[in-house]
Amino acid sequence: MRTTKLLATAGLLGASALTALLGAGTAFAGSGDSGSSGDDKAPTEAGTSFRTAQEVEQGGRATAGASTGDYLYWSFPADAGQRPTVKATVKLPDSAARPSGATWRIDVYDGLRRRQSCMYGTQSRATAPDATSVGLSCTLRTVRAWSEQWANDPLPGTYYVRLTAATLTPSDQGLPVSAEVEVTSKEVGGSSAVDGSLAAPLVPGSTTEEAAAASDDASDGENGSSAGQALATGEPEDGWSSGWWSDRWVWTAAGGILAALASIGGYALTRGTGRPSRVPPGM
Amino acid sequence: MIIRKRLAAGTCVLFAALTMGLTPVGASAADNPDGQPTAAPKVELVLDVSGSMRARDIDGGSRMAAAKQAFNEVLDATPKEVELGIRTLGANYRGEDRKVGCKDTAQLYPVGPLDRTEAKTAVATLSPTGWTPIGPALLKAADDLNGGDGSRRIVLISDGEDTCQPLDPCEVARDIAAKGINLTIDTLGLVPDAKTRDQLSCIAEATGGTYTSVRHTDELTGRVGQLVDRAADPVVNPVAVEGAEECTGAPEIKPGLYTDRETFGEHRFYRVAVAPGQELRASVSVAADRAVNKDYGVLLRAVTEHGREIVRGSEAGDGRTDVISTGLRYPKPEQDGDEAAAETVCLQVSNSYSAPASVKATPGLPVELTVDVVDAPSAASDVAAFGLGRGWWLLGALVLTGFAAGVLWGWISRWRVAVWRTN
Repeated sequence: MRTTKLLATAGLLGASALTALLGAGTAFAGSGDSGSSGDDKAPTEAGTSFRTAQEVEQGGRATAGASTGDYLYWSFPADAGQRPTVKATVKLPDSAARPSGATWRIDVYDGLRRRQSCMYGTQSRATAPDATSVGLSCTLRTVRAWSEQWANDPLPGTYYVRLTAATLTPSDQGLPVSAEVEVTSKEVGGSSAVDGSLAAPLVPGSTTEEAAAASDDASDGENGSSAGQALATGEPEDGWSSGWWSDRWVWTAAGGILAALASIGGYALTRGTGRPSRVPPGM
Repeated sequence: MIIRKRLAAGTCVLFAALTMGLTPVGASAADNPDGQPTAAPKVELVLDVSGSMRARDIDGGSRMAAAKQAFNEVLDATPKEVELGIRTLGANYRGEDRKVGCKDTAQLYPVGPLDRTEAKTAVATLSPTGWTPIGPALLKAADDLNGGDGSRRIVLISDGEDTCQPLDPCEVARDIAAKGINLTIDTLGLVPDAKTRDQLSCIAEATGGTYTSVRHTDELTGRVGQLVDRAADPVVNPVAVEGAEECTGAPEIKPGLYTDRETFGEHRFYRVAVAPGQELRASVSVAADRAVNKDYGVLLRAVTEHGREIVRGSEAGDGRTDVISTGLRYPKPEQDGDEAAAETVCLQVSNSYSAPASVKATPGLPVELTVDVVDAPSAASDVAAFGLGRGWWLLGALVLTGFAAGVLWGWISRWRVAVWRTN
């Protein structure tokens, strides 16, 4: 009877410790859905190339006035363990002169300008004949802290969003539209945690100073270009994570504690109350 | 004492001068965020003042009136760092002689720091007159914007197609862009017909600019203002470089942003030095600045000097596009020993764009190449983070193991007590 009680208590203790630790873990790793912020400085413009892409914060919303046929670029930072979702809305003017036959599309590129696939979401959509807006969305794969160089996995760094009309009849060209882009992300947590991390997030123009100096020594070529001119400066709200933290620490530690408790329980079960009852006291 | 002070001051000054001198000078011209821009962005508004601008079809007023009103508002709102100029086409010659009419382009207000009153007065004098020599006007406008390292932008406002063939303004625009002077041409068509629209959008496409058709005055004002503001945005401009057919003899490039031209079915090589313990990151975009066939691709390969492929990035696409881009990274592992020399990595950029026979192949398609070198991480040793686990199965396994260990230990101690009792 006593042993069962002990076991139950141990189990409870372990479970509550785990819950508390996990809770702390998530709080430490960052809030679940990145909250809305930066609405006060939300960009009202869009870039027209990778180089001029407008930076958007996660949870922020960017708007832009444009013409059909324009290629609109925004960039946002995404860190390891996040699964970003890009949502775009194209608003067509409510007048006779509006692009009716266009198919709109969003493409997401990583910091190396590699196109990233969408896990789900309507990446491209044809305009319905009487539609006044077109909604698009793209959910990326979970950003990993590290991957092999031959892989195309999403890595921490800058991401580019390109919004454009993928097909366009000539008569639709150059008509005014307005576009809106919103980036949110979900913290996936430790289930996607991997070993290793990048020396620097994939932010274009992030040549480190030592590396630049070394390459200066190594080559005195004619074609010099200064290093460290960041093409994108966007950073997550609380900086890039170092990559060592994941909730796996909590799970493993909790597992260790539970194992210790279970072993005490097992010991108590077999060892009995300490002294065999047949042994008279004082012996 | 004074001398010593002076000496100290002198050393300070010398040190400051040295530091300034030693700061890497950007070959790519960017604005430094804290100080003055190193090079002022230049914008030239090119306005069509041909006879057709008299047509009264924009909000009940004439096209010219709409343009004037838009100019006045844009001049008021121009950011002060922008050097703005105005050029007209077809403003002076009333005659019928095509040869003379096609030379009729004049600088109304020179590119430079803006005097709003003067510029406005100049705009007010305009009245719709002559021909539409878009091609020559673009050439002259590009000359007007010469000098300086900043970004350059031409905003062309026209209501009709070029009347001065055979000089195709679209080809002119592409040639201007190929000079590598970071020039973008944005075009606006005032109540355009199909031909005008095609021509203006072709000019815009050739330089990576945008095309807008305008039917209302506020649209015109808004768009021109937006384009001028865009010019004021700080941007890193690429450095022109010319890649080679083979890796040997290819230009050696340092981390930075580069631009080149590559025709259909051509590949180009560049060389980058990567020291052990560094990671090379390269990305490339090849732009479609003319009508191309609908399926296309790009390939970026990192190969050793002996031709062994290290890693590649490739991408293919279809449909309308401005660029197709890909990238790669190559972390070079740390090496032991002192003679850990930098390795020369050859970057090969090839494209698989194609075009109908009617499209000119030269100058080549614009290539933009970014190269970064960062300190590389050590390789990861385990799939899981630091070998840690997670999940209920892990917990269950640990609890079971712990329990089993406890039971075992309990038995052992029981047995020991029994042994102790019998003794």
